[in-house]
Amino acid sequence: MTVYIIRRVLQLIPVLLGVSILVFSLMHLTPGNPAQLMAGESAPPDTIEQIEESLGLNDPLPVQYWDYISGVVQGDLGTSMRYNTPVADEVWPKFKVTLELSIYSTILSIFMGLLAGIISAVRQYSISDITIMIIALFGLSMPNFWLGLMLIQWFAVNLGWFPPTGWEGPSSIVLPVISLGTAGAAIIARMTRSSMLDVISQDYIRTARAKGVKKRVIIYKHALKNALIPVVTVAGLQFGALLAGAVLTESVFAINGMGRLLVDSIIQRDFPVVQACILIIAVVFVVVNLIVDISYKFLNKRIDLND
Amino acid sequence: MSNQQVEAAPTQPKVENPRVKAAKDFYRRLKKNVPALIGFYTILILVIFSIIGPWMLSTDPSDTDVINKFAGPSAEHWFGTDHLGRDIFTRIIHGMKLTLGIGFASVFMGAAMGIPIGIIAGYYGGKIDAVIMRFIDILLAFPGILLALAIVSILGGSLVNVTIAVAIYAIPGFARIIRGSTLAAKNLEYVDAIKALGAGDGRIIFKHILPNVLSPVIVNATLYIATAILTAAGLSFLGMGAQPPQPEWGAMLNDGRSYMRDAGHIAFFPGMAIVIVVLAFNIFGDGLRDALDPKMKK
Repeated sequence: MTVYIIRRVLQLIPVLLGVSILVFSLMHLTPGNPAQLMAGESAPPDTIEQIEESLGLNDPLPVQYWDYISGVVQGDLGTSMRYNTPVADEVWPKFKVTLELSIYSTILSIFMGLLAGIISAVRQYSISDITIMIIALFGLSMPNFWLGLMLIQWFAVNLGWFPPTGWEGPSSIVLPVISLGTAGAAIIARMTRSSMLDVISQDYIRTARAKGVKKRVIIYKHALKNALIPVVTVAGLQFGALLAGAVLTESVFAINGMGRLLVDSIIQRDFPVVQACILIIAVVFVVVNLIVDISYKFLNKRIDLND
Repeated sequence: MSNQQVEAAPTQPKVENPRVKAAKDFYRRLKKNVPALIGFYTILILVIFSIIGPWMLSTDPSDTDVINKFAGPSAEHWFGTDHLGRDIFTRIIHGMKLTLGIGFASVFMGAAMGIPIGIIAGYYGGKIDAVIMRFIDILLAFPGILLALAIVSILGGSLVNVTIAVAIYAIPGFARIIRGSTLAAKNLEYVDAIKALGAGDGRIIFKHILPNVLSPVIVNATLYIATAILTAAGLSFLGMGAQPPQPEWGAMLNDGRSYMRDAGHIAFFPGMAIVIVVLAFNIFGDGLRDALDPKMKK
């Protein structure tokens, strides 16, 4: 197990390196000169040269990348072009908000998805199964930003139960979390259902049933444990999708998180901030997936740890 | 030798049989899957509508009717009008070809890039495979809409760039699925047999491996169109895709969000349109998967 974990962590290094190179290239692949963008259209050539010098834009690309990555490793994410402040100061408080939103939404997805998926599988082809699967299909097909707008319309504007925007206090998080978590819940419900059905049809469940074990015990003790294994992977992937999907949810609910910062910075062409946001989301996603992979192997003892 | 060939000729139709049988089998199972058929016909109707719809309407998507701004649904304006007094129904019908176009074009481009990458990785294996898959891993490290967002941040916001961004975002998924299927197909005995007969790599890949890996591609592509449409609408919603006055549904939602308090219908109908289209692709994709899945043959 330890060897497996170490190997997986080592395998992470080339991926993280690649991610950082791609993110670093963002600024250089963009048409136009970043210094020109920073100084504005009508800036004199002297100013642009100065900025180029201070940003190190005249150095060879590998040198620039080295400067960038050694800064990142030390927590220096560069300087915001818009505010001329360290990007890290700008990003971290907002990252906290986005992380909270994603974690709550993931919890909601897993809870709702498991519950719905188990009910569906246990009562296959019943009215409740069909209803749940239809709702799940809708949940999967709905843009989360539209769902968010509709939730605001019904529960904030018409009923006044929740504030329409913001991220302060428990009542303000309800609508964004539902809006972001619904698609994930739908995906997990469908996965749980098919995985449960797979497991239920297996010999050992039939044996348990033939032995006279109670249905409840079979489902929760014998079947669910094995059915959960593929669900864990999906839940991990969902967390990443939610982290990125938060970009849209934050925009709808005017939440001051990293997603909104990312969108604003793209529009303002504040590349250091864009790079930092994308890099952070990607790194968190990769690390979460690593944890999921490791727990997957841990849960499923049948898998050979050497592959 | 020549005798053998003459003898072999009459059995030719029988050799063809398994594939025809598989296709017939597939249609039989697809026909039984009522939701999948509903999905398929909905897509068909939507495609037809997106082509002939704009001609059937007498109104223009950009026509403004200032007196009737924010009008709710009525006999004259089925889905009401928006903040500029434009007819929302007309705009949705005109926007349909944009939405479907982005969906089909981006998935087609993504598949056109992802399939060769996946086949090369799976077929040649070894170092080539390792390098390609590491690169795919890197692309997969950007979850959901993030990769598309990053690409649009480089290319700038427009519908064409959104299509390109969503296509690139589709590549890793296709490459991975195809690689897996290619690995499985490569080890089939008949591929060894053809190799022993002296068939070249190109012939093996195009004539024997590609047809075998196509069914996961078709399922993936169908389901992927749904994701592509959602992603593209999301980018337009953020103001990074369609530019006004294009009647793109995500952009229309973005227009409507400022008026949720007084004119919720402006955002409701374009969103509903997205849901219906995405739902149709999702149901059809699910049905295709079931019909093509050998495990479900019973």
